[in-house]
Amino acid sequence: MINKVVANANEAVADITDGKTLMLGGFGLCGIPENCIAALVEKGVKELTCISNNAGVDDFGIGLMLKQRQVKKMISSYVGENAEFERQLLSGELEVELIPQGTLATRCLAAGYGMPAIFTPAGVGTEVADGKETRNFNGKDYLMEYAFDADFAIVKAWKGDTAGNLIFRSTSRNFNPVMAMAGKITIAEVEELVEVGQLDPDHIHTPGVYVHRIFQGAAYEKRIEQRTVRKLDDMKI
Amino acid sequence: MLDKNGIAKRIAKEIKDGYYVNLGIGIPTLVANYIPNGVNVVLQSENGLLGMGPFPFEGEEDPDLINAGKQTITTLPGSSIFDSAMSFGMIRAQKIDLTILGAMEVSENGDIANWKIPGKMVKGMGGAMDLVASAKNIIVAMQHVNKAGESKLLPACTLPLTGVNCIKKVVTELGVFDILPEGGFKLLERAPGVTVEEIRNATAGKLYADNDVPEMIVD
Repeated sequence: MINKVVANANEAVADITDGKTLMLGGFGLCGIPENCIAALVEKGVKELTCISNNAGVDDFGIGLMLKQRQVKKMISSYVGENAEFERQLLSGELEVELIPQGTLATRCLAAGYGMPAIFTPAGVGTEVADGKETRNFNGKDYLMEYAFDADFAIVKAWKGDTAGNLIFRSTSRNFNPVMAMAGKITIAEVEELVEVGQLDPDHIHTPGVYVHRIFQGAAYEKRIEQRTVRKLDDMKI
Repeated sequence: MLDKNGIAKRIAKEIKDGYYVNLGIGIPTLVANYIPNGVNVVLQSENGLLGMGPFPFEGEEDPDLINAGKQTITTLPGSSIFDSAMSFGMIRAQKIDLTILGAMEVSENGDIANWKIPGKMVKGMGGAMDLVASAKNIIVAMQHVNKAGESKLLPACTLPLTGVNCIKKVVTELGVFDILPEGGFKLLERAPGVTVEEIRNATAGKLYADNDVPEMIVD
């Protein structure tokens, strides 16, 4: 079996240089590649284009890279939790492209499935449609959206094996599997790295063919963004 | 006049047994508290969960298990987890029966604006554009007027649009409205203690109201 293991986050991101386009998995702070982000902050690489659903918070996640002014452009669907992001955006220091969340996910999927473009109704009749080709299928308008073209995809999984097979846990799955499929080079950090044969082939979410480098993260803070708890009989559902 | 919980309670009556429902952030989230007994629904959270359960008890929060509002939640027996592409696949393919979301403005032809105030607020559309472009049935939960007392039910939206010609029903603190296929807000029910005249004065868009519009029954 092909061995994809690298020693640590620093080695995994060693060839990420200024100006590259990165995909970063996660939804909010859930399922983000914390160790790679820390290594990128330490490395100080700049002028990055980051494709990620969110932009972290001021002091965690991609917010750490924004604070160091490492990001030239963000491509995201929702950036509401980050004051530094908003400041850089309104002052013109940071370029941002906001796109519908389903479009973001499906443009990753298209890249991973080898399809150049998708058609989606999201954004028809809005400023998202500006300059895009529209096609009508069965009486409904759709926008043509291109597959992403990212130099690196950086994802976080729960478990992975040395061959790069990945299993995600709970809603920390989110964008990680589709981004894992979409990078020219895909880096996976995992909470637990195991030998081949330890994971049931039927349980693999991302086959190792999509993953080029894998390592076990040194530590995970797994910060909670909105800690909500139940008082007795607060919510029934 | 209804408060936020009253709006949520009224919208909950629109949910039918067997529905898969996506609830947006804000008032729509409160709807989950008022789903009638005996009505079985599955709540979708677009970050990748069907079968969203209540908030966890203190000490049982799981950082890997959140909803689309980034709140810690729980799963339920029968829940399923999937990636973001599949999540929006089921939305686009109309497997979700009802979408309930908030709005800054709605127009009389069913346009909605809820993601951006140019020069002031830049948060992004999240999944709202996907939801409104594909959902079979969309109900908007919103305040009828803004803080300055200006109507948010308009002839045409002034803010950047989230979707066009897609909203069918609006519930505000003043009443319940259908948006007619030919355009215009049709008043279906008045909130308790609110007159048709008050609603007319608070609605900038075209309003159709019979003289005997019933008062909503809220229990």
